[in-house]
Amino acid sequence: MKFSENWLRTWVNPALSSEELAHMLTMAGLEVEGLEVVAPAFNNVVVGEVLEVVRHPNADRLNVCQVNVGEASPLTIVCGAANVAVGVKVPCARIGAVLPPSNDNEKAFVIKQARVRNVESFGMLCSDKELGLAEESQGLWLLPADAPVGKTLREYLELDDKLFTLKLTPNRSDCSSLGGVAREVAALTGCALKSIDIQAQPVTLSEQLPVKVVDAHGCPLYCGRLVRGVNAAATTPAWMLRRLERSGLRSISAVVDITNYVMLEMGQPLHAFDVAKLSGGITVRKARKGELLTLLNEQKVVLDEEVLVIADDARVLALAGIMGGQGSGVETNTRDVFFESAFFHPDAIVGKARRFGLATDSSFRFERGVDFAATRLALERATQLLLEICGGKTGAISEVCGDLPRRTAIALRRSRVARVLGIALDKKQIVDLFTRLQFDFTANGDDYRVTPPSFRFDLSIEADLIEELARLHGYDNIPALAPQAAMTMLPYSESQRPLARIQQILVSRDYQEIVSYAFVEEQVERELCGNKNPVALQNPIASNLAVMRSSLIGGLIGALRFNQNRKQARVRLFEVGACFAKANHEYVQSQRLSGLAYGETQTEQWGVVAKAVDFYDVKADVEALFAPQVLRFVVASHPALHPGRSAQIYCGEQMVGWIGELHPHWQQQYDMTLSCVWFEVELSALIQAKVPRMSEIAKFLPVRRDLAVVVDEAVTVQALLDAMQQASAPHVVEIALFDLYRGKGVEHGKKSLAFRVLLQDTHKTLTDLEIEPNIMQLVDVLQKRGAQLRM
Amino acid sequence: MEELQQILDQALQQFSAISDEAELEQVKARYLGKDGSLTGLLKGLGKLSAEERPAAGARINQVKQSIESALQQRRDALQQNKLSKKLAAESLDVTLPGRGMGTGGLHPVTRTLERIEQLFHSLGFATATGPEIERDFYNFTALNIPENHPARAMHDTFYIDHQHVLRTHTSPVQVRYMENHKPPLKIISSGRVYRVDSDATHSPMFHQVEGLWVDEEISFANLKGVVQDFLQRFFERDDLKVRFRPSFFPFTEPSAEMDMSWNGGWLEIGGCGMVHPNVLKHVNIDSEKYLGFAFGLGVERLAMLRYGVNDLRQFYESDLRFLKQFN
Repeated sequence: MKFSENWLRTWVNPALSSEELAHMLTMAGLEVEGLEVVAPAFNNVVVGEVLEVVRHPNADRLNVCQVNVGEASPLTIVCGAANVAVGVKVPCARIGAVLPPSNDNEKAFVIKQARVRNVESFGMLCSDKELGLAEESQGLWLLPADAPVGKTLREYLELDDKLFTLKLTPNRSDCSSLGGVAREVAALTGCALKSIDIQAQPVTLSEQLPVKVVDAHGCPLYCGRLVRGVNAAATTPAWMLRRLERSGLRSISAVVDITNYVMLEMGQPLHAFDVAKLSGGITVRKARKGELLTLLNEQKVVLDEEVLVIADDARVLALAGIMGGQGSGVETNTRDVFFESAFFHPDAIVGKARRFGLATDSSFRFERGVDFAATRLALERATQLLLEICGGKTGAISEVCGDLPRRTAIALRRSRVARVLGIALDKKQIVDLFTRLQFDFTANGDDYRVTPPSFRFDLSIEADLIEELARLHGYDNIPALAPQAAMTMLPYSESQRPLARIQQILVSRDYQEIVSYAFVEEQVERELCGNKNPVALQNPIASNLAVMRSSLIGGLIGALRFNQNRKQARVRLFEVGACFAKANHEYVQSQRLSGLAYGETQTEQWGVVAKAVDFYDVKADVEALFAPQVLRFVVASHPALHPGRSAQIYCGEQMVGWIGELHPHWQQQYDMTLSCVWFEVELSALIQAKVPRMSEIAKFLPVRRDLAVVVDEAVTVQALLDAMQQASAPHVVEIALFDLYRGKGVEHGKKSLAFRVLLQDTHKTLTDLEIEPNIMQLVDVLQKRGAQLRM
Repeated sequence: MEELQQILDQALQQFSAISDEAELEQVKARYLGKDGSLTGLLKGLGKLSAEERPAAGARINQVKQSIESALQQRRDALQQNKLSKKLAAESLDVTLPGRGMGTGGLHPVTRTLERIEQLFHSLGFATATGPEIERDFYNFTALNIPENHPARAMHDTFYIDHQHVLRTHTSPVQVRYMENHKPPLKIISSGRVYRVDSDATHSPMFHQVEGLWVDEEISFANLKGVVQDFLQRFFERDDLKVRFRPSFFPFTEPSAEMDMSWNGGWLEIGGCGMVHPNVLKHVNIDSEKYLGFAFGLGVERLAMLRYGVNDLRQFYESDLRFLKQFN
């Protein structure tokens, strides 16, 4: 909602500066998002009439002009503009005039008496660009022929005006007109509100166009009027043009301009039909399925029973309350006009414009609610202006009125106001506020019954009234108070680890957290995650952000590549975020933690042998994340990962994630010279923790025995460990691998593994005799799996 | 007796000349060993008369003690000397950098969220979470935004299918929480939200933190109090001013936009209001008995102001040169 401040002040004129007025509106919930001057500062510029143009004696491109500025003798002004001519009226900057700087860096430009190639010049004829009113211009600004000579341009064109732009919230449709804003300003300031004098126009035509409303719910009130003998080619008056322009509306033609003007004045959208293009009467009805309409913007729409339309006996003419159709609108050769002013119910209009990709001034107002008490008045106002500007003979208003929205009384308790707002408003304050808001109300002690006015569509319950009271009283006048409530402690489960602590583990292992978009390119999902059926957005913002990620890998690799391109040789990243998948008709959303490491294990430093990160470095990071829970790693293949260097991660029986080196194929594709190790785990598994329970510390020291065996490469350490564990040899409390050897002394294709076995008894020190059988038991299971004991 | 004094002088002189521990022990033997000179004198005591013997014995013993004490002193000195040399040889260049693994860091948004959560936890707010692919019902309908309501157009929603959207705000968590918990309630919920919007000041994905307090006596004045308290604590500025401007959200009434004083002007920081009776009705909370307030804050906005970040997009670019500044 954009409007001229001067226009507003013709309705209500509080003693406030523009800035104060803007601040007041903003603080009342009508946010002023723009306040700009119509014209930059300049002065001493008047309307001049060029009386004589003579070629400059010393310059081909200059003319010496005599300019009438409404004084006894004309001014001699040297002018270089090509379009200067005898009789034109142009802005004339007089000596002493200060013009706006031509760009931001320069100072204002002062007009002085000057000698131009030996001819004295007493001012300057101006273009609109020189006055700061246009970006570009072609020569002098030619003013209308009736421009009053000698009058200052600022006065003549009302340039001392400011433009307000309001950001209206959807509930305040009542302020989508000058009259509405003025009413609000009056309520806020207590200033008198002038209203426009609207008279019922005399009926000079006996004809009426028949109007039939079939959908009475969608259109509870329809007013139409025939005006014949109109001069549709008439010029829109300058004052009206100016107000339209300053509200951001383009001039179309006198008749259309009048409908727009009344809409701006009163908030009532109007439509004008060319009677010659109508067949029969007007019907307001729902469209039939498949009916077609070409709109004024040339858009062709296919209609159905959901859509309210205006039709004649032959065809659909307009989308009711949204936009007129082609072929029935007023043109400059129109002689007879049918004006429509209707109340379309918000229910019938809401969402319809959007459905056709439209957003019009009319639909904006109707879907939020238009004052149904002013429907007929707006039509009289439009007729009045039409007669003044275009002439014509008016018929009586055809009015069809059904069930208008009811304004039922709302109960308001003063005690409730105090409870909700935290401050008590006294009776006098409440009465004053309601009166200023033009609410119809009755008081009964501390209780009120308030009937909202027809122009308010946002008031139906007590809370709505409380908001109005608070708004008008001023949010600033409500104190900021600390709540008083019973104090209880928050639960703090020890069997869940806080996310922050988990993140801290990775941070202390030199990982940097990132946040990346949850939507990724479809190709990433397909290639890196093998996800052929990702959760897709219906309206992605870009094709590379079209599907929801099922893994965090895409964002991490993207971030790695971004940093590689910026010469970062060592990159270690992690992210915590939701991953998405479809499951039947629902969506599975699991929070995961994922990380990758690339480059050397440690930053380049003295005394440390440089080594690129490998699978086992990152595996240790994952194990640290889960500690003290013990993980198992099971060989498995993943589309993003090296098939021989990837595993599923198990925590107990639950598969909780993946770890592996990026597949050499992707490594090459992404121009990575080193291998990149990635992992991803379910946050739900990470968060679980056991509340510790102490067990007795053994009084006797454990005994250590080492077992070194040679096995085929294909035998996994886990298989041997599992076998030894399952043997459940007595007294064995720990078995761990402590060395791995390949090379001299070990046959090719085999590896040597050394295990540390700790044995312990809680009641005594074990003797060799007791230990030996247990070790033999372990050796036995190792040998069964092809291991040879190494001596 | 002159002989005794001579022995003592000689021993003291010899000890002080020795700089090797083994040599010292050898020289010691010359005086105190089996064949040492002092030992010889002690043996010679037997030849003296019974009258002379005690005095002579005492003198010899005195000299013996002097020699032993000098010996011990010399031993200590030599050891001390040896240790000093060893320590001198072992000294390090303490200015060489320490070795080992560096540390990473948290994303500034995480850092900000932790800070926000800590502050609200101190007031007893619990944390709640909700899904990011949200049912249309929770994102809109249950928040008093029926289908086709003009307020929906304010949201620039990403659609998944006719029933699901990417949540446009964290407010649906309110509804989900109130469905399962009885008042009094006091929660905050933070997380990613999505809007179809992308430029220097808008990101299609950003973070919000939502607060909700429902109790028997909770007022708009309390809402102002809590938000102001939070912002002053968050920015560690007691002079920070908070301004509430009337606004419209279908799920709160009265509704307000929150502005914060910043560099002489006002900056919009979020939206808030008293929970709309229709929202409470949806979750079967008696709005006559209970009142509540809710607020939503833009986390990136807070992080930008707190840390001087000027372009929203930097948060999602994952540029290490940017991220490491917040470690």
